[in-house]
Amino acid sequence: MARRIGRISPFNITALALGLAFLYLPIVILVIYSFNASRLVTVWGGWSLRWYHEFFNDRAMLDAAWMSLRVAAVSATIATLLGTLAAVGLVRGERFRGRTLFSGMLYAPLVMPEVISGLSLLLLFVALNAERGFWTVTIAHTTLTMCFVTVVVQSRLASLDRSLEEAAMDLGCDPVQAFVRVTLPLILPAIAAGWMLAFTLSLDDVVIASFTTGPGSATLPIRIYSEVRLGVKPEINAICTMVIALIAVLIVIASLASKLSSSQGETAAPL
Amino acid sequence: MSTRRIFAQPARYAAIAPYLWMVLFFLVPFGFVLKISLSQTAIAQPPYVPVFDFSEGWIAIKAAFAQLSFDNFRLLISDSLYISSYLRSVVVAVTSTLILLLIGYPIAYGMARLPQRWQPIAMMLVIVPFWTSFLIRIYAWINILQHDGLLNKILLALHLVSSPVVWLSTDSAMYLGIVYSYLPFMILPLYATLSKMDPSLLEAASDLGSSPLQAFWLVTFPLSLPGVGAGALLCFIPIIGEFVIPDLLAGSGSMMIGQTLWLEFFTNKDWPVAAAAAVALLVLLVPPLLLYDRLQRRTLEGAK
Repeated sequence: MARRIGRISPFNITALALGLAFLYLPIVILVIYSFNASRLVTVWGGWSLRWYHEFFNDRAMLDAAWMSLRVAAVSATIATLLGTLAAVGLVRGERFRGRTLFSGMLYAPLVMPEVISGLSLLLLFVALNAERGFWTVTIAHTTLTMCFVTVVVQSRLASLDRSLEEAAMDLGCDPVQAFVRVTLPLILPAIAAGWMLAFTLSLDDVVIASFTTGPGSATLPIRIYSEVRLGVKPEINAICTMVIALIAVLIVIASLASKLSSSQGETAAPL
Repeated sequence: MSTRRIFAQPARYAAIAPYLWMVLFFLVPFGFVLKISLSQTAIAQPPYVPVFDFSEGWIAIKAAFAQLSFDNFRLLISDSLYISSYLRSVVVAVTSTLILLLIGYPIAYGMARLPQRWQPIAMMLVIVPFWTSFLIRIYAWINILQHDGLLNKILLALHLVSSPVVWLSTDSAMYLGIVYSYLPFMILPLYATLSKMDPSLLEAASDLGSSPLQAFWLVTFPLSLPGVGAGALLCFIPIIGEFVIPDLLAGSGSMMIGQTLWLEFFTNKDWPVAAAAAVALLVLLVPPLLLYDRLQRRTLEGAK
């Protein structure tokens, strides 16, 4: 009986297939058309790398891409450091004064509309008379993405067996040694996932970057955004395809890393 | 002292750096938004009259309080531009959430019914698009929806329409973009509740004589309501403040509040009004956030 009811019906399969097609088809079409030789985005003129060539000769776009990659790498790294520390404080710090405010500040940016985060940071930078550009965007992205890192690392840390740390300390480690030698290797996959999430979020952001950047230092999404407002351009398809490829590579690396670390964990556990 | 307590001390020190960072770059900026929302517009750089000047001490601060101006908020509730954009934000968020629910539910249900070993793969497939840039995903739709885009070509080839349909800059395009971008947010919480459901409940319903459809409506759906609530709020809350999707896909007729804020800030350079709009937008988000928090607590308690 259970088998008959639990079985998947044609309706279920259709819903699932249509749903996945809806999610993936537009991206697939975008990628295919990035290799289109024709200038008209909609007419197929045969395969070509023309638009990739165009991108690598477009100084402004290249500058924006370079700026975005730098912002994403630097902000993701600071965010991972701060977010991991925050997660450690929240999960292992027990109770301390100001804990509620702390966790509130870390959760709020997750649901805060980007227009508000961007506006408030810009007002701060103006009040501080800071020159807007690379560092202001990096600080803004760090503030947003460290909250995501905290959530990811926090959930891994909370599910960790505390007796491992306690055993290390009983064997003579001080808390910092116990953390570095026992806890850190175990939460490393979550930290890596947090870094990647921070990196892709930073690479994706238009709104906060528009508020916090200054003249002459546009990020790639800002450039793409202003081009898209003017209409479809084949070069943008090529850029988008490269961004997708970059993210796909990162996802593959991350899933391989987590597989590797989980198989290590299995062999390590019986010891 | 237990090892646990000994461990807690340095863990608390670890929190100091992120704590200071969040105070400086989250809490303090927020104070600036509040402050500027209460100040007067000025044609200057920066374009507002400062209301607080801490350098002049306590008396100056008290004097400043007397000067606080609620004009910007008064403007927000008297000008139809703001009221209509708030209303539009709410209408768009409610409508898109309903569409998302209608589309997301069957997909999540299908996932939960897959054989056990296929389920993680299906979940990966739903999450992966979330990792690719959402700007790129919106751009992908512009490609398809434009005047001589793929959609019009297909419709013309099938003789469903006689001339190209205008898709871009319409509300339907905007809803399509929103549904496309937020679908994973709806599917995942729904799948989480549906996959945990005990199949013997459906067996019992069928043994007691209900048809599969009745069993779904009387057993599955009511049990999945926590997932429905979580998914709906996870979509509703961010859609309210959405800027990029309506800006790229909807027409220029009526704006959502995020667009109005952007316009005031970048085009009209009216920072105080933009800040007031931000404060008002936050107030609008408080009820759904509280609701979400309560729902999460109840689910956690139910799990215990």
